[in-house]
Amino acid sequence: MLILECPYCGVKAEETELSPGYEAHLKRFGPGSSDTEFEDYMFARKNPKGVHFERWRHVYGCGKWFLAARDTATLEVFGTYAAQSSAPPAALQDKIKAKRPDWKGYK
Amino acid sequence: MSTRLQKGGRLIDRSAALEFSFNGKRLRGYQGDTLASALLANDQMLVGRSFKYHRPRGIVAAGPEEPNALVGLGKGGRFEPNQRVTTTELFEGLEAESQNHWPSLEYDVGVVNNSLARFLPGGFYYKTFMYPRAAWKHLFEPIIRASAGLGKAPREKDADRYEQLYAFCDLLVVGGGIAGLQAALIAGASGAKVIVLEQTAFWGGRAPVDGDVIDGKPAALWINTAVQALEAMENVTLRLRCAGVGVYDHGYVLADEKVADHTPGDGRPKHRLWRIRAGQIVTATGAIERPLSFAGNDIPGVMLAGALREYVVNFAVSAGDRTVVVTNNDDAYRTAIALVEAGLVVAAVVDARVTVTGALPERARALGIRVATGTAVVKVKGGKRVTGVQLGAQAGEGAVLEEIACDAVAMSGGWSPVVHLWSHCGGKLNWDVDQQHFRPDATRPPTGADGAAMVVAVGAANGAMTAAEALADAAKGAGIAVKAAGFKASGKAAVAEAVAEARMEPVWVMPQGAGPNLRAKMWLDYQNDVKVSDVQLAAREGYESVEHTKRYTTLGMATDQGKLSNINGLAVLAHALNEDIPRVGTTTFRPPYVPVTLGALAGESRGDIFQPLRRTPMHSWHEKMQAYMEPVGLWRRPYCFPRAGENHEQAVHREVNNTRTALGLLDASTLGKIIVKGPDAGKFLDMLYTGVMSSLPVGKCRYGLMCSEQGFLSDDGVVARIDEETWLCHTTSGGADRIHAWMEDWLQCEWWDWQVYTANITEQLAQVAVVGPNARKLLEKLGGMDVSKETLPFMAWADGTLGEFDVRVYRISFSGELSYEIAVPASQGLAFWEALHKAGAELGAMPYGTEALHIMRAEKGFIMIGDETDGTVIPQDLNLGWAISKKKADFLGKRGQERVYLASPERWKLAGFETLDSSVVPDGSYIVAAGKNANGQGNTQGRVTSTYYSPTLKRGIAMGLIHGGLNRIGDIVEFNTVTGGTVKARVVDPVFYDKDGEKQNV
Repeated sequence: MLILECPYCGVKAEETELSPGYEAHLKRFGPGSSDTEFEDYMFARKNPKGVHFERWRHVYGCGKWFLAARDTATLEVFGTYAAQSSAPPAALQDKIKAKRPDWKGYK
Repeated sequence: MSTRLQKGGRLIDRSAALEFSFNGKRLRGYQGDTLASALLANDQMLVGRSFKYHRPRGIVAAGPEEPNALVGLGKGGRFEPNQRVTTTELFEGLEAESQNHWPSLEYDVGVVNNSLARFLPGGFYYKTFMYPRAAWKHLFEPIIRASAGLGKAPREKDADRYEQLYAFCDLLVVGGGIAGLQAALIAGASGAKVIVLEQTAFWGGRAPVDGDVIDGKPAALWINTAVQALEAMENVTLRLRCAGVGVYDHGYVLADEKVADHTPGDGRPKHRLWRIRAGQIVTATGAIERPLSFAGNDIPGVMLAGALREYVVNFAVSAGDRTVVVTNNDDAYRTAIALVEAGLVVAAVVDARVTVTGALPERARALGIRVATGTAVVKVKGGKRVTGVQLGAQAGEGAVLEEIACDAVAMSGGWSPVVHLWSHCGGKLNWDVDQQHFRPDATRPPTGADGAAMVVAVGAANGAMTAAEALADAAKGAGIAVKAAGFKASGKAAVAEAVAEARMEPVWVMPQGAGPNLRAKMWLDYQNDVKVSDVQLAAREGYESVEHTKRYTTLGMATDQGKLSNINGLAVLAHALNEDIPRVGTTTFRPPYVPVTLGALAGESRGDIFQPLRRTPMHSWHEKMQAYMEPVGLWRRPYCFPRAGENHEQAVHREVNNTRTALGLLDASTLGKIIVKGPDAGKFLDMLYTGVMSSLPVGKCRYGLMCSEQGFLSDDGVVARIDEETWLCHTTSGGADRIHAWMEDWLQCEWWDWQVYTANITEQLAQVAVVGPNARKLLEKLGGMDVSKETLPFMAWADGTLGEFDVRVYRISFSGELSYEIAVPASQGLAFWEALHKAGAELGAMPYGTEALHIMRAEKGFIMIGDETDGTVIPQDLNLGWAISKKKADFLGKRGQERVYLASPERWKLAGFETLDSSVVPDGSYIVAAGKNANGQGNTQGRVTSTYYSPTLKRGIAMGLIHGGLNRIGDIVEFNTVTGGTVKARVVDPVFYDKDGEKQNV
């Protein structure tokens, strides 16, 4: 059972306080997008063994959505940050790169 | 025979005799006994029958690894099946009964399976009963179910209560043997917050049984001193009878404390489930002895050498008068020595090793014990009890050279560290060639949130098998864990007298060249009746993965999860595959380490507080009226309000008729109510709903649909424009929380620069639907505001007062009748509801429930989320295209609905159905079509979504999806039924009642 720190209220929240929201940093494709673009956005999710960016909601806490960078295999948490981010913070990316030299980046 | 010795027994109190019963027989034991030791003291070696062959089975072990001795414990509401006698503490009045036998333990008819053994080989489930197909259901399965199996599930509600608690610590020590205590002493001295768990009722583990000497004192004395020191530390919590059962992500550990198993009915919770967050976890979980695979190794009286020794030392119970010890290692000599020191006879130590010169064997020889080297047990003789062993050369094929009479056999195939907790969360293992076991690889530990190690294994659990090694290893491991937890370790390790042990020799089959007949009597897994021959057969049949072999043969399954059998089984598999043991690998270790009763996992969450119950402000009124309630999400809503002499169906029909002809009142408080407010609220709602909400005038209502991003219909409801910046969105009763979360998701994660605020105010308001031709008369009688057609037309709303209540009145209708939905503050809800009934009595007011609501909406052809929708239906399927804006560039679901499959004219669409014979179409029916599909199943062309008897039309009506939709009006179709045959129906307009909507618009 994971513990993630909510970047809004600062609570180290246990997984039972959180609800998952799957992959982070998806770009929404609406009307006008091609079938391939929409399919990728809607259905083709990353499922890496290793570094992954996820959406979580502190649902039984402050109610805020936030994003987390986590290793799906070792369960190491690299950091959490606000959902209002179009890319992971640079410092977090540097930290991950230092710990996982093979990491190919969040995109 | 097994019996109680005159002297000794370090854990029993001979001054406190206890009476208990086994299969109705009254027996006596002592305070401090386990049920196992007490049964053995009464010569009750036979305790059960095996799973498949119903062979007689006795006690093998002395701890939680026991595979055989499972009993049903207690009676009625305190009955528990599959309890291991080895972990059950004896108490006055304990009642136990054996399992898996018929008609009795002594004479079991099922033992006939034993002679059929060659027809029940490994994988027999998968190959024996394939054909003919019908025979499985009617012949094989009933027989197998009757003859195989473990204990019966309790029939009565559990009379006990269970509790759960959260605990936090810097350092958790699992295991209270000498290694665990040593680790705890060092951790405690560092000032860290420490919790120490021990699964048995006493501290110190096996060291006193093994006669270890620590810091110059007998182990028991050192243990007492250590526990006293720990008890004096305020930062240390000690817990007996508390098994650490699972290690999970980020230092989360589950532990099951048997608070009152040994004092049933004393008012305390039976178990307490500990949910612990530990900074660092030290596993000092010891080791489990392995059996040896020789023919007849399952006959009662054959026991693990360590267990036999434990019964003598701890409980003064001898398993037999004359024991043969069979081993491949030095440790088993401790048993021989302990037996002789207790005045018992050891006929011989049978050692598979050719050269035996260790300190312990020498001591045994000095005591006059015969040591037969290079020797194997070829076969154990006996039926319900060992009568002797046949010996031969370990290097041979099973020629019998000698026979020794005995009534107990102590076997030892070496020890396996308990690595379960280490492995649960990803810790990896190495194969230790010297000791022939898997042990934790400290360089590949389970890691925590920071990516660093969170578990340290110490003592025997880490492969440090002697007391001296274990204490040194525990001190070292504790130092690592203390530092990792952010504290400074101090204190030094206790020193145990070293007893040198010679190297053990791997022996996986005894004798090594044993032929098929012997191998078919060598049990690997006692609980599941898996033999050496079964695993070898699986290997011959191509099972190379240990995980597959486990499932195929059932090796290592059920309540003991292969604690005795796994290593032996995989060694046999590796040998059969001509592979190295570490290359074959282990099966996955999954929590829990020992079985945890469901009651402990449920804790207080059962009965009335299984889940939270949501009550409307009028709930107590409904209960007083003895309404028949149904669950709607976490709400309870009245299904109907039966009167004296009425059944539910009659009540529902009366409620429908009364509402259509006079006046019905519905508690609609559960309806979701979400305020959406802000400068961008209109823009936001235009994205959320398929229709346009930004253009809704203040004071008006509009019906809206919400879709998922894939395009599927997700929720519906009426939206009211409150003021320039504020909308009130009604959702379905079950959908309020989901839709509110959905709104927040988009606002926080996608359109976070939009200025919109949402609030779920569902529970702040009580809402009543006042429905029927007399609805307006009732409101006018209460008085206070103008509710006329002119001032408050259909799909308008107004604030005001009715009688003494502050109300917001919506002119909306889900029934087709003249209808007002009236919201009042929740605190006024009950009074308002009662006032409506009082004033409405002379107008024919009656409450109605959810079923009448459903029927009336179906009569009008209104869809219901969850009936007409199931996550695969788009609004267009339900002829709701009118509610989808063509002008808007974007809304959630728009792109999804443009996909070829969803835009296809071939999709099934909504229509109404009237049965030709006026009957009601069965729920779940499909509309059959000509021909068969590729699987030989009949084709379908539609399905029913709502089906009711309409009291208004006095006939069965249905809504459903059909290929062609409304274009099919007039067609006659057939619905299938579960009982066979079909029901003929005519496709009609789904609006069955008041097609022009005149009644609601008056």
